[in-house]
Amino acid sequence: MSTKFSVIGHMMVPDHQIMSVEEVDDLLTSYKITRDQLPKVYHDDPSVKEIGAKINDVIRIVRNSQTAGRAEAYRQVVKRPKK
Amino acid sequence: MNPEFEKIVDEADLPVKTKNDLKKHISDHKISEKQFNEIMERIFEEYGKTRIEPCEAVGIIAAQSIGEPGTQMTMRTFHYAGVAEINVTLGLPRLIEIMDARKSPSTPTMTIFLEEDYANNRDRAREVSWQIEAAHLHEFGDIKTDMVDMHVEVVLNKDVCKKRKISVDEIMERAPKKIRDRGHYRDFESEADPDHLKLFFYPKDMESYQNLFTLAEHVRNVIVQGIDDIERVVVRKENGEYILYTEGSNLKGVFEVEGVDTSRTRTNNIAEISEVLGIEAGRNAIIDEALSTLREQGIEVDVRHIMLVADMMCMEGEVKQIGRHGIAGEKESVLSRAAFEVTVNHLLDAAVANEEDILEGVTENVIVGQPIQLGTGDVKLIAKRTS
Repeated sequence: MSTKFSVIGHMMVPDHQIMSVEEVDDLLTSYKITRDQLPKVYHDDPSVKEIGAKINDVIRIVRNSQTAGRAEAYRQVVKRPKK
Repeated sequence: MNPEFEKIVDEADLPVKTKNDLKKHISDHKISEKQFNEIMERIFEEYGKTRIEPCEAVGIIAAQSIGEPGTQMTMRTFHYAGVAEINVTLGLPRLIEIMDARKSPSTPTMTIFLEEDYANNRDRAREVSWQIEAAHLHEFGDIKTDMVDMHVEVVLNKDVCKKRKISVDEIMERAPKKIRDRGHYRDFESEADPDHLKLFFYPKDMESYQNLFTLAEHVRNVIVQGIDDIERVVVRKENGEYILYTEGSNLKGVFEVEGVDTSRTRTNNIAEISEVLGIEAGRNAIIDEALSTLREQGIEVDVRHIMLVADMMCMEGEVKQIGRHGIAGEKESVLSRAAFEVTVNHLLDAAVANEEDILEGVTENVIVGQPIQLGTGDVKLIAKRTS
């Protein structure tokens, strides 16, 4: 793959950020949910690899929503299950 | 606009888009504080109305909202989708394809954007297209099958090679290698004669004509330039820049080609997008593809329904189909799964595995005849009598 290519730079990929432990706790208490109720993303997902997130990290995704303009979503990094 | 108002708007619990619209509308009016407060009040009221109510069955509403207009779609169409001469599946078959999360669509196609220097220059755009379009060896010269000496002889045409910006040496090196690697055919020897622009292929078994003809066929069709999966490239000028449309798709391969804008280039193969760009890009691809398929047929479905579907499909970190091998087949409840498809198998497997159904979902409770946990069924109210 050429050096200039970046997954996050692509139009279709929204911004990904790794959340700190405190942020995650705030998130879980504000929605009254547990960690495993979050949507998931595999550890070998290209965007996860690019920001260097580890398994069990929670990622904040800032989407360009067509309705709200800007929407935040969250995903927990999990190991890709073996087939 | 009054900076105080701006601060209040910025801090309000409203979507960004609403805030921006609001700022735009009130910036060129003189508004008193009383008026501003009334505006804010009305906006909160209206925004509250647009939000979905608690316990609403959003999934069913989405299913109906996509399903009903779906009945009006063309059953079977193979359109030349307006875009050049490239054939693209549209209408209902395409929508089904998206929801089924197929590994590859029946008509994969890419839209390749070019970097600035290439996008404004027709010749340079053409050069990029040659790097991408798969070209067979027979396009670069004559191929003769010599049945007396039992060999295949390729005479390369220097002008064609020059025009398509590929050196003769490159072809001579690549052709035998590609036949072995991609064609999985190894029973031959090859010999290059660059001075006379000739390339010879000898079958290992000199006795059999069958082998000679198989070899000739492989030599003829070996791809020596371009990306294997991309059969055709069309260059078109749109909005003042040259864009390449392809038949066949290979996102990873195309990203490596010089001159390709890797931030805008896209494919209609959702599985490929989620593999190369990640699950979030896959979600966006589902929304875009479903929306454009519906729009093309003149059907307006609210994005929120499609967003919900796309969210469900991408929940687990990979694109899952809607249906018995995906979302519907992985539900917790046995009865809910059995109600969908292949009832007996599910019940039998559940019995063998000693599964339990805790009757939390909608379908199970309908089956056993209990109130469902939706709408008013999910609210428990105890009234205290005052007397």
